Amino acid sequence: MKHDRILLGHGGGGSLTRELITGIFAAEFDNPVLKPLEDSAVLVMSGKGYAFTTDSYVVKPYFFPGGDIGKLAVCGTVNDLAMQGAQPYWLSLSFILEEGLPLAALHKIVQSIGHTARSVGVEIVAGDTKVVERGKCEGLYINAAGLGRIQTTNWWGAGTVKTGDAVLLNGFLAEHGIAVLSQREGIAFTTRVVSDCAPLWPLVKAILDTGAEIHAMRDLTRGGLAAAVCDIAQAAKVGIHLDETTLPVDKEVRGACDLLGLDPLSIANEGKCIVFCPVAESERVLAATKQHPLGKEARIIGKVSSGPEGMAVMRTAIGGERIIDMPTGEDLPRIC
Amino acid sequence: MNTLVQQIDGLARQIGRDVQLMEVCGTHTMVVFRTGLRQLLPTSVKLISGPGCPVCVTDTNYIDAAIELCRRPYVVVATFGDLLRVPGSESSLERERAAGANVRVVYSPTDALALARECPSNRVVFLGIGFETTAPTVAWSIWRAARDGIDNYHVFCAHKTMPRVMEALLKDQHVKIDGFICPGHVSVITGAGMYRFICEQYKIPCVVSGFEAWDILKTTTMLLQQLVAGRAEVEVEYSRSVNERGNVSAQQLMNEVFEPADASWRGLGAIPQSGLAIRSQYARFDAARALDVRLGEAHVPPGCRCGEVLRGVLTPLECKFFGHSCTPVRPVGPCMVSSEGVCAAYYRYEKRVAA
Repeated sequence: MKHDRILLGHGGGGSLTRELITGIFAAEFDNPVLKPLEDSAVLVMSGKGYAFTTDSYVVKPYFFPGGDIGKLAVCGTVNDLAMQGAQPYWLSLSFILEEGLPLAALHKIVQSIGHTARSVGVEIVAGDTKVVERGKCEGLYINAAGLGRIQTTNWWGAGTVKTGDAVLLNGFLAEHGIAVLSQREGIAFTTRVVSDCAPLWPLVKAILDTGAEIHAMRDLTRGGLAAAVCDIAQAAKVGIHLDETTLPVDKEVRGACDLLGLDPLSIANEGKCIVFCPVAESERVLAATKQHPLGKEARIIGKVSSGPEGMAVMRTAIGGERIIDMPTGEDLPRIC
Repeated sequence: MNTLVQQIDGLARQIGRDVQLMEVCGTHTMVVFRTGLRQLLPTSVKLISGPGCPVCVTDTNYIDAAIELCRRPYVVVATFGDLLRVPGSESSLERERAAGANVRVVYSPTDALALARECPSNRVVFLGIGFETTAPTVAWSIWRAARDGIDNYHVFCAHKTMPRVMEALLKDQHVKIDGFICPGHVSVITGAGMYRFICEQYKIPCVVSGFEAWDILKTTTMLLQQLVAGRAEVEVEYSRSVNERGNVSAQQLMNEVFEPADASWRGLGAIPQSGLAIRSQYARFDAARALDVRLGEAHVPPGCRCGEVLRGVLTPLECKFFGHSCTPVRPVGPCMVSSEGVCAAYYRYEKRVAA
């Protein structure tokens, strides 16, 4: 069956999203900077590397346990830059506001943006506002763009991951997605799970300061860990092997996933990343990560081999092995 | 875990021939694949999947009728998310929603009933799919709608029930079954006693299993022990939740609202007394009667072999569409799209493409 309209699944960060990007956008905009389709573009000016990114935030509800749409906009954009090894410097923010949005809510969100931005040393240097009629958006949407300077000498991407690399994860999975879902009408359930929403630059800086050789980093947003490892395995033409017993999933998160029929591996995070580095460097990177507040639960979750090429596989807790498949696009829209 | 695997190895050697154990529960299918459990078993012990995924056993004409319903301007279709991407003859509920139809994903019939209260000028139709596990909550929603006078709530009922379809598989000459891994959740409601006729009439052992990998290994051990001893009995591995008689109040509620009826199963055809129909005193809540929904012919896409997969006759890898023209993004048949479908399990967790 051919798709002739946009489906919600096209926004899920999985294979439908990829089809949309490669089939419609990249096909028209094709250029060498865009080509790697990373979360940030790498721009070279006067011999220096800069990371440049843009992202839109439509999360529903706009206040959720552990954060709000404003904090999310700063963190998400900062993280896209940080994953390129870039220190974030400047952000622009565009607000699309719905007629009737309480000013108190907007004020609270803007304060949250200010607070989060100051905490990582980024400045909001440009912005825009538009107001649409009631019912044309739910509360507010935010579009953000960010610019940062790359702090490393090797510029990496999904394709620079190498056979023999270790895969490091900085903490518990799927908390953002479950925290947001728990607040949705029609699903609402009581849980202590809060979003892991956090700016990752300070952690990335701590890792870079070790001087260890890093081959790539990726934050685990839409599509979760599953989408990230599938994407990287394909781009780098390697096999990524994870060990299920090492994957940290909170009991309550697992319970909520079981209840809703969701796989914690494909649920969104907003303060989690995976880091690829040579096995020989991994203990040093792990130690630095664990010392940072955002990496206390960090661990090595797997390794990179030459095969099966383009695939991610997982050793299960009972000793079997299974594929980790690219999520197709969950029916869980507006998670970020 | 290792002890169980060793025990299974020993029992398999004692039996000395290939045995096929069938599970008939989508949740069991997913546990088996997600944990890679089959790789721990000796090659002579094969776990095969039967018609345990409620979405997969639903005929195409039901999806077509649901699509026809959602196109009516006054209708809101409320459904479990699983049904959204299942292809009908020409479209799917997901595509209809993108084209403007009012299709809402709900997590229980209670939510659908709440929707009916909120939208008094619409007809809210809940798509009643599932086995004895979901039927009681759907029965409750109809009973509650009757009590509270929510006359714009309807159920488009295609509920199916378990034991008769297992019998139909045993009568089928194409698939050899040495034992059943019986569904845990269904049995919580029905009780384990309902499988007894299978043991007595067909001499096939039945063990009701829980949902951890460990449960399924233990169940496998119990089935093999019966085969070694030449027994055919109902046993309950999932004894923490299942007893002989089941949940009597849930059964009474089901009986109040539903009556047993013949049902049409994808891939298996009509099976007498294998489904549930809404009793005539609740007819105004029956979408088929209240909204005059007609089931057309069931068109199976040419070449789609979901029917054989559902009967355990064929593995997904033997279907030439698998992984080529049929993928989770563009499914041809329901076994690829349902989160509990056998093809989806193979595709997601095991092998990708037919040779």
